[in-house]
Amino acid sequence: MELSVGGRKAYAYNAGRAPDSARPSVVFVHGAGLDHSFWGLQSRYFAYHGRNVLSLDLPGRGRSEGPPLPAIEAMADWVIALLDAARLQRASVIGKSMGSLVALECAARYPLRVERIALVGTAFPMRVSKAFLDAAKDNEPVAHDMHTIWGHAPQVPLGGNPNPGMWMYGDTLARLARLAPGVLYNDLKACNEYAGGGEAAAKVKCPALFILGQRDQMTSPKAGQAFAQLVPGSRVVQIAPSGHSMTAESPDATLDALIGFLRA
Amino acid sequence: MSGPKYPGFDTLALHAGQSPDPATGARAVPIYQTTSYVFRDSEHAASLFNMERAGHVYSRISNPTVAVLEERVAALEGGVGAIATASGQAALHLAIATLMGAGGHIVASAALYGGSHNLLGYTLRRFGVETTFVNPRDLVAWRGAIRPETQLLFGETLGNPGLDVLDLPKVSEIAHEAKVPLLVDSTFTTPYLMKPFELGADLLYHSATKFLSGHGTVIGGVLVDSGRFDWEASGKFPTLTAPYDGFHGMDFEEESGTRAFLLRTRREGLRDFGPCMAPMTAFQILQGIETLHLRMPRHVENTRKVVQFLVPHPMIEAVLYPELASHPDHALAKKLLPRGCGSVFSFNMKGGREAGRRFIEALRVFSHLANVGDAKSLVIHPATTTHYRMTEADLKKAGITTGTVRLSVGLEDPEDLIDDLSRGLHAAEKGR
Repeated sequence: MELSVGGRKAYAYNAGRAPDSARPSVVFVHGAGLDHSFWGLQSRYFAYHGRNVLSLDLPGRGRSEGPPLPAIEAMADWVIALLDAARLQRASVIGKSMGSLVALECAARYPLRVERIALVGTAFPMRVSKAFLDAAKDNEPVAHDMHTIWGHAPQVPLGGNPNPGMWMYGDTLARLARLAPGVLYNDLKACNEYAGGGEAAAKVKCPALFILGQRDQMTSPKAGQAFAQLVPGSRVVQIAPSGHSMTAESPDATLDALIGFLRA
Repeated sequence: MSGPKYPGFDTLALHAGQSPDPATGARAVPIYQTTSYVFRDSEHAASLFNMERAGHVYSRISNPTVAVLEERVAALEGGVGAIATASGQAALHLAIATLMGAGGHIVASAALYGGSHNLLGYTLRRFGVETTFVNPRDLVAWRGAIRPETQLLFGETLGNPGLDVLDLPKVSEIAHEAKVPLLVDSTFTTPYLMKPFELGADLLYHSATKFLSGHGTVIGGVLVDSGRFDWEASGKFPTLTAPYDGFHGMDFEEESGTRAFLLRTRREGLRDFGPCMAPMTAFQILQGIETLHLRMPRHVENTRKVVQFLVPHPMIEAVLYPELASHPDHALAKKLLPRGCGSVFSFNMKGGREAGRRFIEALRVFSHLANVGDAKSLVIHPATTTHYRMTEADLKKAGITTGTVRLSVGLEDPEDLIDDLSRGLHAAEKGR
């Protein structure tokens, strides 16, 4: 569905089902350089299981207009503005990687608007290597290679894709090829420079779930566990074979973890 | 953290798409000879049907063995994914049927496999899809044939049978200026000799019957999507960008972005037209692909020796092989096909149709049949077989004469191949 945030077109996938304020709502926030389709299976599931779904494209990618937002805090404000535009008072916010930091900030800054948060493939601080940042800044193809290779478990290029007939590396590279120059750098920089995670974690009052891939090469499960300890009362689910792209690598396990969390 | 490194082609050819079977530990790809897959419960069934979970429902739509082949070819080509089909022709039809309906228009190279020419020139016309054929070397003709209703440009990486080298960077540029994708038949080159997506193509397919399988044992096709074409921005593809009543009102581009084309092809094309690949077929093609990187260099090496033998022979009018300086696409081939121009090529004999008959019938190692890309060497006379439905004018456009003979050079001892051809040419010459 198309909405307007700050006078610009903002897009959120809702599986063709208009929001109904009587139903609980779930917002999905993608990671760096990605868009709403990253959550394809999971967002569709919840849209067909009694929830309003807003799987958004952050500004400057996919179908949302505008320059990319430079900081995690600004992205969180934009997500809440999107909820306003959709006339939804409260929602659970599920974010992956960069999106997980946005979800955390939403919960910390807008405790009355956020019911639950799920942080998928996360760490704090979310450091990005200088080589990766420099390559993204210069729009070098190797930045896409780094995103693709480090963004999946080591066995992915040789293993089987749960989604029949698809090649995960190729899909990630094709997504990145569609990005406007500078968007990936913007996102990686926002992750790298985000310093408010500790403070935000302490403010979280809602239930929080961490979903971590045991073979994650970008945000290690060890770092994710340490992050979870900063959020009071949070739970952790580890997905054994998965790397950083667990919605594609282990779509059912990721979905099952989210179903259990949102139903609890 | 070390720098990023992709697995090499040879490794992908052996491993991509499959890890050892989690149920049994089997190292080889298991043949899942089953039509359907037990649902865990009703909820699981519903979520599989509604695309909320990944998995298999019915082997016409997807099958675990076939999925390994699809993922492996996608990995070798650098695509987002692939769909295996009952034949190469089924792959071509599926691609077109996914992109357009009645009123659609295609601009295609005139130098095509006879079956493809037939589909485009006659059969699809009956369903309201028109094709304009152009000389593949004439870039002005490609551009000039595009109409407002054009939805696809199509050619073969190496044209059949004259081995016209498609100028992929330039033809894809023309396609993209018109906001339409370029589809190529990559059968003759395989991903070992050319990666069309790196040169600008958006979609490709193989007759996997040929080099991918490599042993003349199965019929199959594989359709691969680069995921790079922006269907939404084009505005010419309502099948991918408008809600589809045949699948819960799904807008495939909105749903899945880079995977829109393959999603509709699988969820509509395989579902409704049904040209799926059998798991046993997929297994056999996988066996072939595991040695593709070993076979293709030998195919090329043997071909070069055969070409060297034929060029100076007094019975030969012309050898149409792009590695020869006499071939009109020689310079382009050096640029686009640095590993070689494959092992299927044609030559024109003196003596016309009758000499061709005597030549073919005298051969003992080359088999006279309608196929290419086998480990065994093959021969055929296009004007009376693969291209026999074409008019004289169309034959001329495709660069075929009554004396044209097509060879598919196999993996035998090259000396034996040359001896065999020598015997055939001698027989042809004797009857003059």
